Amino acid sequence: MSDAPATGTQSITSGAQAGVAARRNDVRNRWLLASPALTIIVFAALGPLLIMLVYSFLQKGLYGGVIWKFSTQGWFDVFFHKDIFDDTVGFADAHLSIFWRSIRLSFATTILTLLIGFPTAYFIATKSEKWRPVFLFLVTIPFWTNLLIRTFAIMELIKNEGVVNSVLQWAGLITSPIQIMFTDFAIMLGMAYVYLPLMVLPLYASMERLDFRLVEAGYDLYATRWQVLRKIIIPLVKPGMIAGSILVFVPSLGAYVTPRILGGGKNLMLGNLIELQFGQGRNWPLGAALSITLLVIVMVALLFYVRNASRSGVKSHG
Amino acid sequence: MGGLHGNLDAMPAISAYQVTKIFGSGPGSVTALDSVSIDIQRNEFFTLLGPSGCGKTTLLRLIAGFDHPTSGRIDLEGSDISYLPPFKRPVNTVFQSYALFPHMSVAENIGFGLKMQGKPVAEIDTVVDAMLKLVKMEAMRDRSTAQISGGQQQRVALARALAPKPKVLLLDEPLSALDLKLRKEMQIELKRLQHETGITFVFVTHDQEEALTMSDRLAVMSAGKVLQVGSPREIYDRPSRRFVADFIGETNFMDAELVSAGGGDAVLKLASGKQISASLPEGEDITGTVTAVVRPEHASLTKPKPASILTGTLENVVYFGTDTHYHVALDTGGTFTVRMQNARGRTGDFTQGDKVGIDIDDGATQVVRD
Repeated sequence: MSDAPATGTQSITSGAQAGVAARRNDVRNRWLLASPALTIIVFAALGPLLIMLVYSFLQKGLYGGVIWKFSTQGWFDVFFHKDIFDDTVGFADAHLSIFWRSIRLSFATTILTLLIGFPTAYFIATKSEKWRPVFLFLVTIPFWTNLLIRTFAIMELIKNEGVVNSVLQWAGLITSPIQIMFTDFAIMLGMAYVYLPLMVLPLYASMERLDFRLVEAGYDLYATRWQVLRKIIIPLVKPGMIAGSILVFVPSLGAYVTPRILGGGKNLMLGNLIELQFGQGRNWPLGAALSITLLVIVMVALLFYVRNASRSGVKSHG
Repeated sequence: MGGLHGNLDAMPAISAYQVTKIFGSGPGSVTALDSVSIDIQRNEFFTLLGPSGCGKTTLLRLIAGFDHPTSGRIDLEGSDISYLPPFKRPVNTVFQSYALFPHMSVAENIGFGLKMQGKPVAEIDTVVDAMLKLVKMEAMRDRSTAQISGGQQQRVALARALAPKPKVLLLDEPLSALDLKLRKEMQIELKRLQHETGITFVFVTHDQEEALTMSDRLAVMSAGKVLQVGSPREIYDRPSRRFVADFIGETNFMDAELVSAGGGDAVLKLASGKQISASLPEGEDITGTVTAVVRPEHASLTKPKPASILTGTLENVVYFGTDTHYHVALDTGGTFTVRMQNARGRTGDFTQGDKVGIDIDDGATQVVRD
């Protein structure tokens, strides 16, 4: 380089030109390759979301639909309520209590599926390789049936003349049927049943990767079964627990069919409230605003989970 | 029961009485241990040696408490521990895979056992520091176990198992994952640790050289049975079974006729018609046709002479630097290997195709059972 500076510069320049051309080519190819994914993201995810966002800031049409005039009435209605007689403004208690119920029931459902799913996944993961696929198959069988039918099946079990009450009455444990249907408990039960596989599968995936020699090492070092569970197994399968919790919590929050059937008309959840606005309520801007609110709740919950997950991830990997 | 008669020091650290372990049931069952009885003394470096599948790891797992015997009993310093869960036994294990907890630091790993025993934090810290010093890992205290090398993980695994001061330390092929140089280092290190801590080590390996160099005593196992227990020298020089002689070191096997026997010694008649004195293994009487073994370094080549015990043709000469191996095709059939040290300046005494005689050192012939 030092003895031939002129040629060196020249070759660098021409090299740079070739580099620019190649890079331009590269960029074009990259966009081309990404176009199918981008198309799906734009049309199936971002597009509808944008429409919802726009609709939430429009005026409601008299018979549903929207009038293309800017209005914050939809968002106002999400949180506040104006009395139709004296125009006093208060919080929209009905909406807020539905938000609260949705979050509470989804959380309870997540805990319940975790409590049932954890031992189930552990049981499967500790079986021999020959039997694991069989048990996994059994876990996924409910997925093969329509959600509506599964929910009606649950109803058959828990209604006043249903299996549970009949058996309890026959056994003489109760004299009159217990009201399970149309309660929050029924909704939680139904959702836990429906979403249980979504908890078991990611839990199983992380337990299958668990090195059970670590469990033996724990026993060897004077840890009791409970201590091994708390100090070794749970920290190591935490990613699976978090993934399962997200997969159960998120759809529970927006559940529509289960609360509609098992909760009856009065125990609404967010999904039902939104449906109501687009249907009988004829208040599309409010429905759109509620949908976005649901989305925000889900995103906040996800952020919380992810932060938790990455913290445990940092600890386990380094 | 034995404890009533006093002398605690004479009591073995581990006693196995007729321990049998059968996995599964019915026609598919596997007998991993077949009526094994063994005494492991206190403060001893004891090795269980055998090929894979011989039951050595099963015996180790029974002592650790991960499995329980199908029949028989295991005592730890005189008290029955056969059915105690692992967390109630003062016995710790160094696993083949190390099994370090990936979500804990080096120090947390080492302190885990003490923490589970409910020891106060200050004591745990003191012991962890002492253990880190013992295995020369002070600088790695707060590292994650993923950030240290295989050899260092090995040291952490050792420190973790030694920290609760177990009565017996079990080591399940702990050196098999290390490269040769590190393995040699760790062999010396393990001996040092055993010496410094005074803890009984039970070491499982399939590497006969490792077993010979490290052990105070070893047990050779095959197919679920203990074939011979003794010091490395006893096992090497006086193998009692064909398998033991074959598994440990190189050996020449010869068929011979028992001429006379008495007091542990015997006179054998070899296929060549020559007679040779030999040692007999302990136990019931042996008669008729027997197998005798001679180590290659306990024999030497000569020019053929009438007094030669064996004669043959030199088939192959392999030079190893410190010594040379001579493979001789015997006139009576079969081959015999002789290993002789290379003295400086002595070369080419024998070349391929030479007719040679073989002398066998006095007391080097050992009769083995099949």
